[in-house]
This record gives sequence, structure tokens and C-alpha cells, in this order.
Amino acid sequence: MALASLIRPVTPPNRPWTAARVLGHVLMAVWIFSGLATAYYLVNASGMDFLGRYGEKLINGFAVTIQLVVLSVLLGAALSIPIAFARMSTNRIIGGLAYAYVYFFRGTPLIAQAFLFYYGAGNFNQELKAIGAWWIFRDAFTCAVFVFALNTAAYQAEILRGAIQNVPKGQLEGAQALGLPRRAIFWRVVLPQAFIIALRPYGNEIILMIKGSAIASIITVYDLMGETRRAFSRSFDFQAYIWAALLYLIMVEALSRVWSRLERRLTRHLERPTQAAARTADDEGAAAGRPDATPD
Amino acid sequence: MPDWLTLLSFGPDGWGDQIARGTLVTVGLAVATLPFGLALGFLAALAKNSSEPSLRRAASIYTTVFRGLPELLTLFLIYFGVQILLQKVLALFGGGYVEINSFFAGMIALGVVFSAYASEVFLSAFRGISAGQYEGAEALGLSRLQTMRLVILPQLIRLALPGLSNLWLVLLKDTALVSVIGIEDVLRQAGVAARVTKEAFLFFGVACLIYLVFSIISSIGIARIERWANKGATR
Repeated sequence: MALASLIRPVTPPNRPWTAARVLGHVLMAVWIFSGLATAYYLVNASGMDFLGRYGEKLINGFAVTIQLVVLSVLLGAALSIPIAFARMSTNRIIGGLAYAYVYFFRGTPLIAQAFLFYYGAGNFNQELKAIGAWWIFRDAFTCAVFVFALNTAAYQAEILRGAIQNVPKGQLEGAQALGLPRRAIFWRVVLPQAFIIALRPYGNEIILMIKGSAIASIITVYDLMGETRRAFSRSFDFQAYIWAALLYLIMVEALSRVWSRLERRLTRHLERPTQAAARTADDEGAAAGRPDATPD
Repeated sequence: MPDWLTLLSFGPDGWGDQIARGTLVTVGLAVATLPFGLALGFLAALAKNSSEPSLRRAASIYTTVFRGLPELLTLFLIYFGVQILLQKVLALFGGGYVEINSFFAGMIALGVVFSAYASEVFLSAFRGISAGQYEGAEALGLSRLQTMRLVILPQLIRLALPGLSNLWLVLLKDTALVSVIGIEDVLRQAGVAARVTKEAFLFFGVACLIYLVFSIISSIGIARIERWANKGATR
């Protein structure tokens, strides 16, 4: 008890009802009410009826979304490695081409890229058939994977490049001073540290890909969004979108939880006990002791 | 003879004017969304930075939800959801049919998504301003509103600018999604042209180039604003 009050100051029992506190409680009440209303809306009789009719389809769509994301992220990761190296190349032509690739895929909307490749491929169907690549574009799912992989490769290449270049220079110099061969320096010293720097942006990129994958529904892939749109257009029941929202939120939240746990696990050798304690103390201060900037 | 030039020309044979009109809609939507999203994001950041736990929690639910949902789904939720809600409310008053303006729905949806991300940017900018700034302002006898306006905001803008410029580029790209709910933006016009002429690659390629041009123009503009904002910074 005494120890607990040392760590965390006990909140005074009667806090005044400031305007910020009233507003906070009102907003929380709104959230809780809309949460309950949504839950009621989903589980009442017509909701169960909807689930019985379309539930299985939505689950199938969910599985398609996961396949889509996993395939494109993995293919994109493989593709991003040569692009990242090309970006760092001293050869101006190679560097310029990689830059143009990255600029194009990061500077245009994913949906426009999907249209460009899915509908645009039809203009080159003779040529694509000749090189045996037509099957990629003929099927909406493979085409979506193709476009998403190209898109995420551009983002991942930038993440990888940034991480490699952000490994502290002293690490490189230390390795050189030890007389390690260049290959060993890269694989044993630079890359492992780069991966730790890249971990968080990688997690964000996967989340962006989960959200972006909804675009596949526009080019007729029946992923979660596609099944939802189909269910809505048949039943005109708005529940379809609410269920989809819940499933997407679960996916994204689960990934971000898993990812932050992974990050903590992989960086545990970097945590120094004193530093960690100091940081939590600082966080507490930031949360509680900061001057209140809310205008009343 | 280059058919594609004819196809892109202005006038009765080409699709130039339709695409130009679509481009204006795209830019208009992005520009109209920006102030709305910035204001909402700033308010959410204030709430998250507050010393009041319930306010912080309410704001963080908001950002978790709208950062977690696909933008496309948010768009549909707002477009159809608001329409159904309005219909139900109108039915209480004796019925009537409303159709909500899709430009408006797009603006709300994009603004809400923008604000959820912007609040994070503003929040980390708030954290970059030391407590000494607030204390100094208090010592000078400034009121809380004056502190915010004269001391905190100018520094906040400088700190938040890189993050916000990124969000602006994301917003510009996200506007393409509204073509799905029937707004005649550049992507939809390109789609119509592609369907009629069967030159999908050409028209969607042009649409992509237009987005690229806007991101280049934005980068130039952002660099200028950054120079202006950093004028007073010593470092």
C-alpha cells in the first residue's frame, strides 16, 4: 500500500468537474452508447438472420483478404530487396530507374494502379500472351496480388533503404577496424540492426496493406470488402458494412498488438533496466503532469 | 498518326476537357477536406494531450477506429450510413426521400480519416514543446488562449509540418477512392473514357501521371512552406 503510493501518487478523491472532464465523460458516454447500440443492432433477430445468410460468405471473404495481404507482402518483400539496393547504387542509371519506380508507386493512388494494370492489361493481351504472362492479368485475384506486391515493394524498399542507412556509422567503422570482410559486415553487423530499425515501419506497412487490400473489391475480387458489397447490394442491409468494419478492426488491432509484442521481444537486449525505469517515469509525467492545453 | 493525341485532345473528339474537369474535382475535394481534417485533428490532439483521462480515452478510441478501418470502408460507412440514418430520422417526421451529396460524403469520410492521422502528428508535436514554454507564458501573464495562439501554435506548426505534408500527399491519393461512390473525379472520368474508347492503359496512365504531377507540385509547395516555417528557428 505504502509502496504503491510511492510509485503512483494517489489521485485525490474529489476531483473538480472541469469543462474538460465533463466533455470527456460526455464523449465516452457517446462511444459507449454507440457501441451498445451497434451490438444490439447486430445481435437482434434480423441481425442473426443476416449472419445466417451471409456469415459464411463474409468469413470466406476474410480468408481471401488474408491470402491477398500475405501473398503481396511476401512477394513485395522479395522484390523490395533488389530495389533497395538499386536505390543505393552509385550507378546513376540504376539508381535513377529505382527512384522512378519508387516515385511512381508511392506517388499514385493504389486504386489507380489497380485500374491501370487490371483494365490496361487488356490493351496488351497479345503481347502478354506471347510472353506467357496473361494468366496474371486475366484473373482478378492474381492481378490484385501483382499490383499490391509492386506497390508494397516500393514502400518496403524505402523502409529497407532508410533502415540500412540509419545504422550508426560507428558500427560499420568498428566492424571495419576488426578487419571483418565486407560481406560479413553487411550480413552480421548492418542487416540485423537495420531490421530492428525497420520493424515498426514494416508493421505499419502491413497494416496499410490490410486496409489497402479493400481496393481489390473494386476490381471484382471477392475479398472481405467484396463480399460485403455483394451482401449489401443483395440485402440492402447496412449490417454488412458494420460486420466488415468489425472484422477489419480486429485484423488491424490484432496485428498491431502482435507486432508491438514482437518488437519488445526482439529489442529486449537494448533495454537497460535503469533506462526503462526512467522512460516509464517520464511517460507518466507526460501523461499526467503536462500543462493542460485544452481550452475550456 | 498518333491516335492517342486525338483521344487526349480537347473538344468533341478528345477526352481532354472531361479529364480536366475531373482533375478540378479531385483538387477541389482535397483542398476542401484539408481545413476540416486539420481542425478536427487538432481538436483530437488537444483531447489526447489533456490531463483528463476520460477525454484522452474518448479521443484515442476515435483514432483507433478510423486509423484501423480501410479508407474505402469508411467512405461506404459514411455514404450509406448517413443516408440511412437521415432516412430513419425523416421517417419519424412523416417520411420523404433524401440523397446525400456524394461530394459532401467524400469530404467527411476523407476528413475524418485525415484527422485521425493528423491528431497523432499534432500530439507528437505537442510533446516536442517543452514545459518551459508554458511556464514562461504563464510567467508573462498570458491567458491560456493567448499561450496557445502566441506561444504554442507557431512552434507546433513547425514541428508538425513534416508529418502533415506527408498526410496531405496521402489525402491527395485517397481522393481517388471517391470515384467509387460516383463523384466525377479524374479517375472516374478516365474510367468512362477507357470504357468508351477501349484504351484503358492510356487513360488510366494519364490519370496516374496527373496524380504524379500533383505530388511533385505539392512537394515544391511544401518545401516553400517549410522554409517559411523554419525562418524563426535557431538550429
